[in-house]
Amino acid sequence: MLIAESILLTIATAATPLLLAAIGELVVERSGVLNLGVEGMMVMGAVCGFAAAALTGSPWIGMLAAILAGVLFSLLFGFLTLTIATNQVATGLSLTLLGLGLSSMIGEAFVGSPGVKLPTLANGIAEIPLVGQPVAGLLDLLAGIPLIGRVLFAQDPIFYISIALVIGVTWFLFHTRAGLVLRSVGDNHASAHALGTNVIGIRYLAVMFGGACAGLAGGHLSLVYTPQWVENMTAGRGWIALALVVFASWRPLRLLAGAYLFGAVSIGQLHAQALGLGIPSQLLSSLPYLATVLVLVLISRNRRLTMMNTPASLGQPFVPDR
Amino acid sequence: MVQQSADVRPALLETRGLTKVFGKLTACDGIDLTIRRGEIHALLGENGAGKSTLVKMLFGSLEPNAGEILWDGRPSRIPSPGEARKLGIGMVFQHFSLFEALTAAENIALSLAEKVPVSTIAERARALSEAYGLPVDPSMMVGDLSVGERQRIEIIRCLLQEPQLIILDEPTSVLTPQEADRLFETLERLRAEGKSILYISHRLDEVKRLCDAATVLRHGKVVAHCNPRDETAASLARMMVGNAVQAVTRTPVAAGAKAEALLEIRDLSRPPATPFSIPLRDVDLTVHAGEIVGIAGVAGNGQSELFEAVSGEALQRDASTIRIRGRDAGRLSISGRRLLGAAFVPEERLGHGAAPGMRLSENLLLSRHRTDRRAFFSRLGVVFSGAVRKASQRIATDMDVRKSATDPEAAALSGGNLQKFIIGRELDRQPSVIVVNQPTWGVDAGAAARIRQALVELARAGSAVLVISQDLDELFEIADFIAVMHDGRLSKPMPTAEATSEAIGLLMGGAEPGHAAHEAAA
Repeated sequence: MLIAESILLTIATAATPLLLAAIGELVVERSGVLNLGVEGMMVMGAVCGFAAAALTGSPWIGMLAAILAGVLFSLLFGFLTLTIATNQVATGLSLTLLGLGLSSMIGEAFVGSPGVKLPTLANGIAEIPLVGQPVAGLLDLLAGIPLIGRVLFAQDPIFYISIALVIGVTWFLFHTRAGLVLRSVGDNHASAHALGTNVIGIRYLAVMFGGACAGLAGGHLSLVYTPQWVENMTAGRGWIALALVVFASWRPLRLLAGAYLFGAVSIGQLHAQALGLGIPSQLLSSLPYLATVLVLVLISRNRRLTMMNTPASLGQPFVPDR
Repeated sequence: MVQQSADVRPALLETRGLTKVFGKLTACDGIDLTIRRGEIHALLGENGAGKSTLVKMLFGSLEPNAGEILWDGRPSRIPSPGEARKLGIGMVFQHFSLFEALTAAENIALSLAEKVPVSTIAERARALSEAYGLPVDPSMMVGDLSVGERQRIEIIRCLLQEPQLIILDEPTSVLTPQEADRLFETLERLRAEGKSILYISHRLDEVKRLCDAATVLRHGKVVAHCNPRDETAASLARMMVGNAVQAVTRTPVAAGAKAEALLEIRDLSRPPATPFSIPLRDVDLTVHAGEIVGIAGVAGNGQSELFEAVSGEALQRDASTIRIRGRDAGRLSISGRRLLGAAFVPEERLGHGAAPGMRLSENLLLSRHRTDRRAFFSRLGVVFSGAVRKASQRIATDMDVRKSATDPEAAALSGGNLQKFIIGRELDRQPSVIVVNQPTWGVDAGAAARIRQALVELARAGSAVLVISQDLDELFEIADFIAVMHDGRLSKPMPTAEATSEAIGLLMGGAEPGHAAHEAAA
């Protein structure tokens, strides 16, 4: 295996959880809700996914548990901010703190226990009777293409889901009526309400979608990226996902570029450390975060771009007068 | 007789004893209203008379506490705007309910129940806009459109649903006189098609010209049903207000010898601060002592940007573009300009002119902490709360501010009373220059007259007064000169005595200043 190929593979693996969490948050923010609890939902997904997989032995059940945990956690956020209209920033922050604490408690029994890794797409398909074997064989063959073969055809299923989600969300937001309604709620919730749109209902659905994506991202961390449970294993990825949404100016395709750029920086710094360039490793490890700050500063300079795309009612609680 | 047999059908919409209570306030108290087919029905009343509440109940945004609504003779419940639309009620809102970040066609698509692709809707909207003389490009982003164009989108959106009853909430308050005329033609065409229109306005001449019937509200109750054609503007006003509104008295300034120039704006230009704001282009204006200069214009043509530049909310690169009492002020902060003797009243009362959650005395301190430092603070910066309270009490008495407590929070006052307080707070200092943006917007007739009289008196005492207003009648009443703002440019001020509303209207619509000035002179 070429070194370039393995670097590409690791970049894709590092970018996938960021992309998943960010695409969910993008939909949430497009509906006008700012959920700062991404990190908390992610870490809950990671611990619940790992626990379910370890107990049942099935990584697939683990993935479902991760999604479910994210959704349940997001429903807590939804109830607080949408039903009883609490401050979204404060609620999101406490959701993150709660998630980090709760996950340490749940995960205590699983620290150091062996993980169950999700099979790659080909291995997963091979288990399907009749058609499974030939399709898997074809995928193995395609994976032999130099440089890009393994990146495109021999990854874990979650990678393919993340790419499909980006395309699906783009199509949904800009080519369907439901997407139009969602954007209108984010732009001006009072007007949407006056038109008879169920603002709270739509925001609940968006928040739940965000929770599912964050849970899946967490599951990817504990079942694919590093199949084990470590306390606080999300390590700030939820925050980076939040920054990526702003970086992408709420556009899904730009989000794809941002997540991979970010994945590249985090993998690049590992390789730079391995090469022993004489730069302190702490400085190199902070590179991804420095890159985030830098990119956010550059983006904020272009006010027109930011203002045209920012959902105008982002973060404002909606209370219908009735 | 033929007319009578047609009337056998029940009225299109009837309300009986419709009541809505918010806490202690009865916003609508037993409203009876009958709208017949093919009728333009006026709903008259001052701000806070309950017009909006009534309309919201008819459109399903609010649910009544008591009373019933008959649609086509059948008792109906209207629990949501969607249900209202299904019955055949359409609404054009006063504060537009459009989404700025979406295109016109997308905005229209959102209000339609059927699932039609946006491209089909754009076609239908284009056809309809041509049929009714409402030109609009469906592919434009709403944030980039003028207020008049936005209203057309609202109307097209409403018409696409083929309603039987169209509710228009103060539709002409954002239009130039010419645009308003075009709107009336559209409305008359709709009436000829047999549609009914509920027309909410406080412009009485419009109502007299357009409407077949009127219902007048005061303090949440119906005070009269009448035919506006049989009434005079004065008699309608009396019904709305309950007593005659006092006219503002003004002695015109002596032309000829010019007094000292107190506020000078020289070649003021400003790039747009946000994608939705208007750049200012070479604005030139001088206000002399004893003068009231009015700036007319359709909202969103640079008035707010001009106010920000003059008040110091936005600083200028070149200090000499704004001169207050002969001193360059373009680089001075708001407090710096206040110390030169200027005072400013912004358009938005809550959140800009006053902090909603703070008491009146605290709001007084917020705006005058620099100019009245000696009176309100000890040398160490401790507030003399007694002195502040006394001053705020004095202002309230002078301006006849009606409040429930001695020192209530700003948000607890009605719009008109808060505006009287805010203007009184500035007048109390006897400023030599005052700039007021929309002094009486959304203020009831009595309070508006009080505010205008106070501005006239200040000018008579030798101050320079600059009034930015969308209300042409107001400017004709108090201003000595009127200039018009359009697309960030300011026309040459013309003496009010020589100005006609046609000439001003043309300028508001963007006619060449030279051309209009010529017409005015002719």
